Amino acid sequence: MRYLPLTDADRRAMLAKIGVADIDALFADIPRDKRLAGLVDLPKAKGEMEVERVLGRLAAKNTAAGSVPFFVGAGAYKHHVPATVDHLIQRSEFLTSYTPYQPEIAQGTLQYLFEFQTQVAMLTGMEVANASMYDGSTAAAEAVLMAHRVTRRHKAVLAGNLHPHYRETIATVARLAGHEIVTVAPSPSGTEDLAARIDQTVSCVVVQTPDFYGHLHDLAALAEAAHAAGALLVAVVTEAVSLGLVEPPGAMGADIVVGEGQGIGNALAFGGPYVGLFATRQKYVRQMPGRLCGETVDKEGRRGFVLTLSTREQHIRREKATSNICTNSGLCVLAFTIHMSLLGEAGLRRLARINHANAVALAKALGKVKGVEVLNETFFNEFTIRLPGNAADVIEALAKKGVLGGVPVSRLEPGRPELANLIVVASTEVNSDEDRAAYVKALKRVL
Amino acid sequence: MAIERFSKDHEWIRVEGGVGTIGITSHAQSQLGDVVFVEVPDVGRKVTQGEAVAVVESVKAASDVFVPVSGEVVESNGDIVGQPALVNEDAEGKAWFFKVKLANPGELDALMDRAAYDTFVKETS
Amino acid sequence: MLNRQGRPTAPGRAVESTTDTFSGNRALQVEEGLIFEIGRTDTAGVDLPEPAKFKPRLGALERKGPIGLPGLSEPEAMRHYVRLSQKNYGIDTGLFPLGSCTMKHNPRLNERMARVPGLGDIHPLQPLSTVPGAIELIAELSRWLSLLTGMPAIAMTPKAGAHGELCGMMAIKAALEARGERRSVVLVAESAHGTNPATAALLGYRIEAVPARADGTVDPEEVRKRLTPDVAAIMLTNPNTCGLFEREVVAIAEAVHAAGAYFYADGANFNAIVGKVRPGDLGVDAMHINLHKTFSTPHGGGGPGAGPVALSAALAPFMPVPYAVADGEGMRYVEHAGEAGGTLPLGRMCAFHGQMGMFVRAFAYMLSHGSDGMRQASEDAVLNANYIRASLADLMSLPFGNRPCMHEALFDDAWLGDTGVTTLDFAKAMIDEGYHPMTVYFPLVVHGAMLVEPTESESKASLDQFIASLRGLAAAAKAGDAARFKDAPRFAPRRRLDETKAAREPRLRWTPAVERKEAAE
Repeated sequence: MRYLPLTDADRRAMLAKIGVADIDALFADIPRDKRLAGLVDLPKAKGEMEVERVLGRLAAKNTAAGSVPFFVGAGAYKHHVPATVDHLIQRSEFLTSYTPYQPEIAQGTLQYLFEFQTQVAMLTGMEVANASMYDGSTAAAEAVLMAHRVTRRHKAVLAGNLHPHYRETIATVARLAGHEIVTVAPSPSGTEDLAARIDQTVSCVVVQTPDFYGHLHDLAALAEAAHAAGALLVAVVTEAVSLGLVEPPGAMGADIVVGEGQGIGNALAFGGPYVGLFATRQKYVRQMPGRLCGETVDKEGRRGFVLTLSTREQHIRREKATSNICTNSGLCVLAFTIHMSLLGEAGLRRLARINHANAVALAKALGKVKGVEVLNETFFNEFTIRLPGNAADVIEALAKKGVLGGVPVSRLEPGRPELANLIVVASTEVNSDEDRAAYVKALKRVL
Repeated sequence: MAIERFSKDHEWIRVEGGVGTIGITSHAQSQLGDVVFVEVPDVGRKVTQGEAVAVVESVKAASDVFVPVSGEVVESNGDIVGQPALVNEDAEGKAWFFKVKLANPGELDALMDRAAYDTFVKETS
Repeated sequence: MLNRQGRPTAPGRAVESTTDTFSGNRALQVEEGLIFEIGRTDTAGVDLPEPAKFKPRLGALERKGPIGLPGLSEPEAMRHYVRLSQKNYGIDTGLFPLGSCTMKHNPRLNERMARVPGLGDIHPLQPLSTVPGAIELIAELSRWLSLLTGMPAIAMTPKAGAHGELCGMMAIKAALEARGERRSVVLVAESAHGTNPATAALLGYRIEAVPARADGTVDPEEVRKRLTPDVAAIMLTNPNTCGLFEREVVAIAEAVHAAGAYFYADGANFNAIVGKVRPGDLGVDAMHINLHKTFSTPHGGGGPGAGPVALSAALAPFMPVPYAVADGEGMRYVEHAGEAGGTLPLGRMCAFHGQMGMFVRAFAYMLSHGSDGMRQASEDAVLNANYIRASLADLMSLPFGNRPCMHEALFDDAWLGDTGVTTLDFAKAMIDEGYHPMTVYFPLVVHGAMLVEPTESESKASLDQFIASLRGLAAAAKAGDAARFKDAPRFAPRRRLDETKAAREPRLRWTPAVERKEAAE
């Protein structure tokens, strides 16, 4: 078997050195009646060609985003990833390295983590960021737990226009950890009064911008209201590219900013692996979950990097840890960092402008289709349209015509029939004029 | 005359005029290694004997500091918060953690004197 | 409590820099600055067309002020990150004996498969009718995991091992609540990984540690005497973190179930027993699987991982959404709690469907190995660990005696005696020998622990070289050559780093010179 280097001769020699007759002697502690007598009932080993055939067949049943006019967003975005990124993350020393617990032979990893932390802090307008979380949704759940620790309160207010999956993730943790959450009904028109729901029992208010329906929000007033009540403002950003054009939550008074970094450097991959962004103010740094990379010097006085403030983490504090988290998103962080280094400020701003321009053009074109109403005043690269009838049916029909036109809100909010005629539509730099024309044409036929 | 006592969790307390000054022992700081961070309780906090009221962190370990007596916190040492290295330099002197007004001086009887503490350290190391 | 595992924390004395090149470089080891020092905010390594003039719809929320992000041209970016990569050790560099991490070979076929557009370029929320192959893959992988664990249901969505632990423990808590019970204690093996008590504490449980006996395993009597009606679950690792199979696991499981509690198994060490025994047959109720350990998905410098959780029949109703379920001739994908029909799902662990990219890789691994290959892999992993143990037992001390271990061998620092050399020093000297050190100071129950897990990916020649190096080092330590260890590593891209300074004066990001100057004033 191509991945197993030992030969039978090797095995015999090694058993002799160990001093046992056969390999089963080394499994003797397993209760005899529980040991598997034969092989598990699964196919036997396959060569590369056969594996490719099996997986290729499964892949062929799926419609790849790059093969059709594609307008699906709602928390994951198709962006062009430069060839350099994917090439570099496959270098052995990045792909097959481990968590940098031995920093002398992990300065490559540690330095890119330090670069990433700085990039995230800059993007979000915050003072410090960690070395990533699993994804945006779990980062949001961890932000709520952090707000509880900081304020010593146990109730979180969740905006109605927070991504439903994020809301549900937070709710699951809250329910089982014994905390309270206050949820608000979604507002596809983008107006919500969250300030009215903050009182002295609330640890944080969690709000998303651009929100699930695409609206942009000025968080300054909400931040003030939260702070006046001794609560924290947690801002969620599900499209990292938006930070190239839209005012960041850090500049609007947010105390914690979490987000999804997938849009930079990482493939759609049917939902994972992604990369959670987590940034906060310096004064809260010891309450921040996840790994942190810090600068220091070695014995020769040369600059180097190490994981630091680890005593907050599970392997030291155990039951008193800030979180149970062990891994970060390693390679996805590297992809983000490399892509962001290739873009730089100038490139990111231009990329963001293209995204917005494309979305503006699409909104204009769709708004002209009879029966279609664009709900947004403001948006970045995603907006919501209202149709005369059932949106999920329209999306299916569009798919049959070879256009992936967006996400019907009912897919994520099935319990709200009043939202069943809404579609969230994204448009990034990958969309061309032809794509837009194809969408309009197909939509007209389907309605 | 100050009364000096030690707990099994390696805290020391020096009581004078009904107020006990509390810190961690030199043995404790050497076991912890380089101290990088400390957390001290707020003034005014009511504490119960045995409660975890402070935290001392080194690079590779974090420990709770348990108050050896019940009472009220009347002072906390800001110096060690700003300069955690003091705990390594002078654990039983300048690097005290906090001071407590004793609610029940009888609790001191359950603690060890220095001779008993030194024996305890030898036996458990 | 106090640092009882003996790990030294002082930074050690400084030494003179020994580079005498003008550049500060050492042949292939090139000193590399930060992107903030070599890049510029007006440079980019991508070509993007400026959009034609248009009327923005940002309200008043256009970003004002500079961001500060540096850009690099493509050649500069390539060189920067290639140079960084050359400072890292990886599995592809050499033996990576990290106990409990299972640093096995990462097959490149897995990478190719993950990048096939029909698997890598699909969106989690495109209509399910456009991704039937993705749902089928998730269902098929889950079926393989179910057969390997002997457990009927697999929760696929947790994003990492610790996340899987949270899922499993949440399912246990939900199951108890469904019975109308509120239990408040979780028993955790004393040798457990820190994620175990951290997870239980997050859910509001009080932790009670169960000690091991002299032979390193858990005594069912110690469990029984702690099993009150207030115990919700026990969390054990099997094989345990000392590398030993818990031979009385069945008796422990029976006692736990008799008390109305559940058995959570940490699956980090599954690599020792795949195809040899099934956790479900041992009485396990929930076990997370680390796809990045047992099933070869790459460690990537710290992530991403994936932590699907195998659930017993008792806990299966408390699966989180979403999941695939066989439905007549096809597959139904349940995305919402309400849809589940008779079952009581947990809610969501995270957005979307889980770590599909890792599912593809793990599935490619499983298809490649097959049932015969996977069993052979477990046997080779255990054989390799025992070969190392048997080859070092005369020089290095084994806390539970020189007896068969499973896939990892645990040494302690008793053999270093009064040489003045600590476990940490020994590890750093291994770096100079060209090896990543083994896991050190874990598990905490043993002083100066050294946990060696070679995995099945090592050839006998590779093991023999490793053993020879360690024998050389062990002999040198005993002979009093302390300087070799205290000064190590001497040849790595960096000498020992001052972790105390990093923690006392945290610098967690680069700041522009002007800001730094102002901060200093």
